[in-house]
Amino acid sequence: MADTSDDLVRLLANLHPLERAVLPHLRKETTLDGLVRASSLKEVEVMRALQWLANRRAVSLAADISETVSLDSEGRRVAKEGLPERKLLLLLAKKPIPMEDLVRREELAKDERDIALGILKGKAAATIEKGEISLTDQGRRLVDKDSLEEQFLKSLAKGERKIAELSPEERYSLDALRKRKRLVRVVIRKRRVVSLTPLGRQLSLLSVEKRGSPPPPAERLTPQMLASGVWKRKVFRQFDVAINVPKRYPARRHFVNLAIDYAKRVWLDMGFEEMTGPIVQTSFWNFDALFTAQDHPVREMQDTFFVGEPEFGTLPEKEVVDAVRRSHETGTEGSAGWQYAWDPKEAKRNVLRTHTTVLSALTLAKGTVKVPGKYFALGRNYRNETMDWSHLFEFNQTEGIVIDPDANFRHLLGYLKQFFMKMGFPDARFRPGYFSYTEPSVEIDVLHPAKKIWIELGGAGIFRPEVVEPLLGKDIPVLAWGPGFDRTIMEYYGIQDIRDLYLNDLKQLREMRYWMR
Amino acid sequence: MPTVTLNKDVFEKLVGKRLPLERLKDRISMLGTDLERIGGNEIVVEVFPNRPDMLSEQGFARAFAAFIGAKEGLKQYLVEKPKKDYRVTVTKEVARIRPYTACAIVVGLSFDDERIKEVIQIQEKLHVTFGRNRKKAAIGIYPLEGIALPITYTAKAPDSFRFRPLEYPSELSGRQILSKHPKGRDYARLLEGAERYPLFIDARGSILSMPPIINSHLTGKISERTREVFIECSGHDLPTLQQCLNMIVCALADMGGEIHAMRVAYPDRTVVTPDLAPRAMALDCGYINRRLGLSLSEKEMVALLARMGHGHEKGRVLIPAYRADILHQVDLAEDVAIAYGYENFEPEIPNVSTIGAEDPSAVFRRKVGEILVGLGLMETSTYNITDKASQTARMRADIPLVPLKNALTADYDTLRAWVLPSVLGVLESNRQYEYPQNLFCIGEVFSSAPAGSKAETGVREQTRVAVALCGRDADYTAVRQVFQALFDALATGYTIRPAEHPSFIEGRVGRVSVGDGKGQRDVAYIGELHPEAITNFGLEMPVAGFELNLSELFSVISGAEDPEN
Repeated sequence: MADTSDDLVRLLANLHPLERAVLPHLRKETTLDGLVRASSLKEVEVMRALQWLANRRAVSLAADISETVSLDSEGRRVAKEGLPERKLLLLLAKKPIPMEDLVRREELAKDERDIALGILKGKAAATIEKGEISLTDQGRRLVDKDSLEEQFLKSLAKGERKIAELSPEERYSLDALRKRKRLVRVVIRKRRVVSLTPLGRQLSLLSVEKRGSPPPPAERLTPQMLASGVWKRKVFRQFDVAINVPKRYPARRHFVNLAIDYAKRVWLDMGFEEMTGPIVQTSFWNFDALFTAQDHPVREMQDTFFVGEPEFGTLPEKEVVDAVRRSHETGTEGSAGWQYAWDPKEAKRNVLRTHTTVLSALTLAKGTVKVPGKYFALGRNYRNETMDWSHLFEFNQTEGIVIDPDANFRHLLGYLKQFFMKMGFPDARFRPGYFSYTEPSVEIDVLHPAKKIWIELGGAGIFRPEVVEPLLGKDIPVLAWGPGFDRTIMEYYGIQDIRDLYLNDLKQLREMRYWMR
Repeated sequence: MPTVTLNKDVFEKLVGKRLPLERLKDRISMLGTDLERIGGNEIVVEVFPNRPDMLSEQGFARAFAAFIGAKEGLKQYLVEKPKKDYRVTVTKEVARIRPYTACAIVVGLSFDDERIKEVIQIQEKLHVTFGRNRKKAAIGIYPLEGIALPITYTAKAPDSFRFRPLEYPSELSGRQILSKHPKGRDYARLLEGAERYPLFIDARGSILSMPPIINSHLTGKISERTREVFIECSGHDLPTLQQCLNMIVCALADMGGEIHAMRVAYPDRTVVTPDLAPRAMALDCGYINRRLGLSLSEKEMVALLARMGHGHEKGRVLIPAYRADILHQVDLAEDVAIAYGYENFEPEIPNVSTIGAEDPSAVFRRKVGEILVGLGLMETSTYNITDKASQTARMRADIPLVPLKNALTADYDTLRAWVLPSVLGVLESNRQYEYPQNLFCIGEVFSSAPAGSKAETGVREQTRVAVALCGRDADYTAVRQVFQALFDALATGYTIRPAEHPSFIEGRVGRVSVGDGKGQRDVAYIGELHPEAITNFGLEMPVAGFELNLSELFSVISGAEDPEN
């Protein structure tokens, strides 16, 4: 609150040019429209100025809400041509018309006839006798006189009316007309009303008196001022530094990718090398190489996406194929295998990879694989299921293998615990699990730090010898894991519906919390 | 995952011990099963597919009782020698259809409603899981009182026999059963094309069943009067069937039954089933300790194995006959680990030095994303699976696609061949927001691999980036500026020549190539999108964009061969 006139002068000096432009008009004008006209500013500029002035408690803003009625599309037409019942009234005034003739009269459109007749009958202005329509006495009295509705329509033709100001007859007409299609339109209008506060009145007086006297403070620091040194003589308008400004949105990486990048860095920091590879794989790599029997239910239609064309691929070099075949049919050293006739054709079937574990199998079979070696992958996998809030046909997995002659089950738990700690889950719990390609197998749960509930994230284990030996040529421990990653992402961002990960809604992309790990 | 439903009273009686609820839940999940729900007198548990022997109340209780230490060690099951007529003759006619069967008789049973339900549950769960929907193993259980022993397992032409199938009002021929009986329709594919259908027939010539489809209504239904049952498992692999039979007879023995063997006479040999002698496997303590990171003595290990129902004799583990999942020493290792308790393992990170390395093409991909964000473009992330129309007709383009064989919906039934339509799809779903909307997406694209490709699948998979600028000022100049800035940042030159592409405005589309001479590769299209393509996606703003092949570009820049080519 400015108490002294010095304060007032300082306040005046720091007004924004828009505020300065609006202020003098505020004593005469009290509406937004009026101010726009008087100041020759744009509506949005006046609004901003008023908002700022309101922040300074120089004006108070109120909204004047009023319901108005005006002619709608059909109403504009009938205001000129007359209502359908008027047309029929005029026709009947000449002579009675047989019902069947009415249909042929061009004066009335098809949909108007029934309305017109209905209304005239309702007012006891017309009767139908022996198939002929004629006017009653009451009807004849109406011929030369506008009905209440017609009078009201005519008044609206001159301009919209406030409903609060209508007479009882006009209200009655309005109610009647509103029941008919597109004749009148009722709009709720919100009008801004501005009034000066005592402070504002003082300011506005000052702004008029002081016009022309001291020059207003400088708005912007310009290159010219800097070059010429004029800035030294300038006073700069002081800003309301606490004021709200229009929002800006940075362009950003997709939030899922930010999470993936972080998880990748965690593996890299732990000394893991990245594995990448195709999404389309043969069943050989996706299933057979991972000791998944060919009659295993996962290989059936309802779980896995199969490729339509080309439906089949080719198998890798004979040595690997034979080794995998043996592991299925009769087992590797010390194992009995699945004991069935392995079918190479089934292995050639192309699928969309069902897990990134396929990349681990491919890595083991590569001649260049390092022992000891640590590898990871983070990528999308596919399962053939109907989408809902918790299921998506594309899902991310964080995959890892450790190939190390000395690796053991405790190391597996150690790597997993470390990774999830870095992902923000300090407590991990391990339960027995089952996967056809690992033994022992583990299910991983992590404790949600805030909700204190256990979240199931997926599986891990030590690859079975029937997996490792055919691919690597010898049986050494390979720790392997492939927990799903989407749940971790969703928990971080507070997403409830898994489909929201790939919604690509601009508002969501702009406003999503940033990945801060 | 298959589930088994337990009656809490029956379960507790079988286990011989009552646990507090929390303890019960914890022990169930640490045994390697998953408690689905407990309600009233009913416990529903998920069982992993490697333990079909736990898919009955008796089997589950047996494993659980051992695990919590109530009844440890190998449980012995006695099998009485086959009596004179306890015989099943297998004729040569079934050899080509469903060649094997393993059979048994169990006597001294008593049935009530609950029991009958238990038996049906065992049969159904084993059918679905271990039996692979009856393909691998189908199970028949019959009241013995209506059967005249011995029994014949044979096969006859589909129209040459008739009987009344279970729960059906009248007699049907074999062929009619497959089309008229609900079970017949469900499993008809298992006999598809067969010239003869398998049959179990008793000594009086009555048909007992037509495996793997249905029992006879007259002789194939267990009731409260039943005291003795005949059990058969039929299929294609005798050891599998024997395992299946073992799981059933052990459960029936746990119900108080007495197991009798049968002679199954094949044309060339006779097999006596069931054989419930435990299987012996050498115990390699060193291997198991190394794998688990433990240092258990043999005595400790044997004690832990007893908690999983195993016996021990002279350095060898005695594996119960109902366990079908012990293939290798590692399977014993897992049983040791479960008995030891997963919660008791001390996680450890070993001191193994390896150097981390990000895949170079993944680095490249990430850098391109960073540069485009620096240019003010928002990154989107879209599915690799899409619909055909968006990829082709809506883009006015005719591009060969890699379709999926078994998609559930036409909205997602093909792999994408380019990414730009995905980005237009994003624009389409964001029409309510202000413009400009400048977006990009990096994703995989799929096409038929060119001749001579090394891709085993015959599908070529590459990474591409699509950029779309959408707004009043989105024109060729604007998108070319983005393109130029990207290539400047990548320190790579390129050439653009006029091109034709139906998705772009004629005369406002260029083909971009990089490299020179023999190494020259076309890597991008850039231009203003065709108004028809724009309106096909419901947009009312100009769109300018490009689609750039990052795999090709990376192989040119790095000098590396694209591994997919």
